[in-house]
Amino acid sequence: MNSIPGQAAHGDAAITRTDLPPRYFGRRSLVAAGAGLLAGGGLILPGRALAQSAEITVDRARAEPIPIAIPNLVGAGGETAQLGRDIAGVITNNLARSGLFRAIDRAAFVSQGAGDVPNFANWKVIGAQALVTGKVDSQGGDRVRVEFRLWDILPQTQIQGTAYTATTSNWRRIAHIISDVIYERLLGEKGYFDTRVVYIAGSGPRDRRVKRLAIMDQDGENNRFLTDGSALALSPRFHPTRDQIAYMSYVNNRPRVYTFDLGSGRQQMLGNFEGITLSPRYSPDGNSIIMAQTRGAGSEIVQIPVAGGAPRRLTDAGGGAIDVSPCFSPDGQQIVFESDRGGEQQLYVMSASGGGVKRISFGQGRYATPVWSPRGDLIAFTRMTGGSFAIGVMRPDGSGERILSESFYVEGPTFAPNGRVIMFWRETPARDARGSGFSSRLVSIDITGFNERQMTTPTDASDPAWSPLPA
Amino acid sequence: MNIKILGTVAAVALLAACSNQAATSTAPVSSGPVPGSQEDLVANVGDRVFFDFNKNALRSDARITLERQAAWLQRWSQNNVQIAGNCDERGTQAYNIALGQRRANAARDFLVAKGVAASRITTISFGKDRPTALGSNEQAWAQNRNAITSVR
Repeated sequence: MNSIPGQAAHGDAAITRTDLPPRYFGRRSLVAAGAGLLAGGGLILPGRALAQSAEITVDRARAEPIPIAIPNLVGAGGETAQLGRDIAGVITNNLARSGLFRAIDRAAFVSQGAGDVPNFANWKVIGAQALVTGKVDSQGGDRVRVEFRLWDILPQTQIQGTAYTATTSNWRRIAHIISDVIYERLLGEKGYFDTRVVYIAGSGPRDRRVKRLAIMDQDGENNRFLTDGSALALSPRFHPTRDQIAYMSYVNNRPRVYTFDLGSGRQQMLGNFEGITLSPRYSPDGNSIIMAQTRGAGSEIVQIPVAGGAPRRLTDAGGGAIDVSPCFSPDGQQIVFESDRGGEQQLYVMSASGGGVKRISFGQGRYATPVWSPRGDLIAFTRMTGGSFAIGVMRPDGSGERILSESFYVEGPTFAPNGRVIMFWRETPARDARGSGFSSRLVSIDITGFNERQMTTPTDASDPAWSPLPA
Repeated sequence: MNIKILGTVAAVALLAACSNQAATSTAPVSSGPVPGSQEDLVANVGDRVFFDFNKNALRSDARITLERQAAWLQRWSQNNVQIAGNCDERGTQAYNIALGQRRANAARDFLVAKGVAASRITTISFGKDRPTALGSNEQAWAQNRNAITSVR
């Protein structure tokens, strides 16, 4: 039994997890007796003709999304039955939105439910390669036990069986955790569904724009405004533990970087700088923040301990260059940032101590807002060429540049914790002098450039930052 | 809130106008903006200067306006001002905040060079978050690349 880390703002640390032994071993199953063990490499076969050892990879699923059947989790009735429907709905939505799964239409189901051991033929005949079953039981009071099993239809095996016990209010998180398990078990990489996105909610006319710090689940649910909008808020970033946010605020007409504690709502100016401080980003260990500080005609990269202490200058604005938007590599050894030291905005990489600065962007146009993939293999950026803006990725040495999305205005990529999906924001131009037609929306896209989707948010939205997965 | 601030500014300006009347021949306060007020700055001096795309160099039209601002500030020596740098929407956010600061600094440095005490001027940058013109075209963008002086 394991305890799953909670989310500070929800105060819900208490989800316990129990792995369930397989109920049934199929004829060809290689799964050893024991909870949650996986046949090495031998997952679902994408087609009957393929060899048993063929593995589903993300690349393969992109070309041919995995057909998966997700009937409602079974409840004894009333609230538990409703929870079973809701949880199945969230799982279906998560997997379908990833673009890597195809949720089979329930109208095609031969049977709506599945017993303790599914009738595999009923699911095989509708083309399912994987099946999710489960049930919801009341544990008395407001506690529920949610049991789920993931089945591989062709070899007729249970891939995973897990039960979660928590208060009812955690049902959505349980659905996200189950979604992550399914994603990881079938694709061999971590998922990103039990995550949140902090962003800036924009409202009101453009010349008196109200910009509030806001947070939501990665699927757009549980939206919450964290600041009241009395001061402009910009560029929020998650602490690695997900319980704190660094962002820029114009509180008291002093544009500075602040930290915001999600548990207590407490907000604090970071350090005491003369110039404007902006574009914060936490170090991978969470102990410090790197950001830009304006000085003279330029701005420089500084590092400051989160707990307080003396800042350390990593680049020098003495030459008048604007250095902004620093971001650590996931191993904490390097920093990527943008600078106009060469005449226009370009991307540079340096060591974490500020030495060995090297330009990495050499394509057409200006480059900005670099962010390092949590996997370390890519840097995403905003590129401006002529009249258009684009989101792209390149390797940390600058090679292999690819543009993923291009339009009138896009900015600010952020990676999902598995490095597979990028979120950014897109603005549409105003049609007239009153600013009508202007909009700002969050958009997600796979790092290969497929599966672009606009997020639904209650207001205009910008500056997304994806949280890590719970530790 | 805004009204209250404006009221205070106007009152200060009015006092200033009275105390200066002996030395100068100002127009009657009943017609047009109160001399020495923000409205006076806007109407008779020019409260803002404009920049080329992605630039912070002062153009000749900006220098003319800033010359007038410097003279006005020397005359209304009790007025402290804030210079806010702004950018158009055709740039990334963080960079634009730094660029707006450059523009505010360029205007401030000019005024200081013309004899205005640096202690009377504060600067701020709003990047592209406080546009004056709401459209998305060259004309709007040209208006939004500015440094705006306001009496504090």
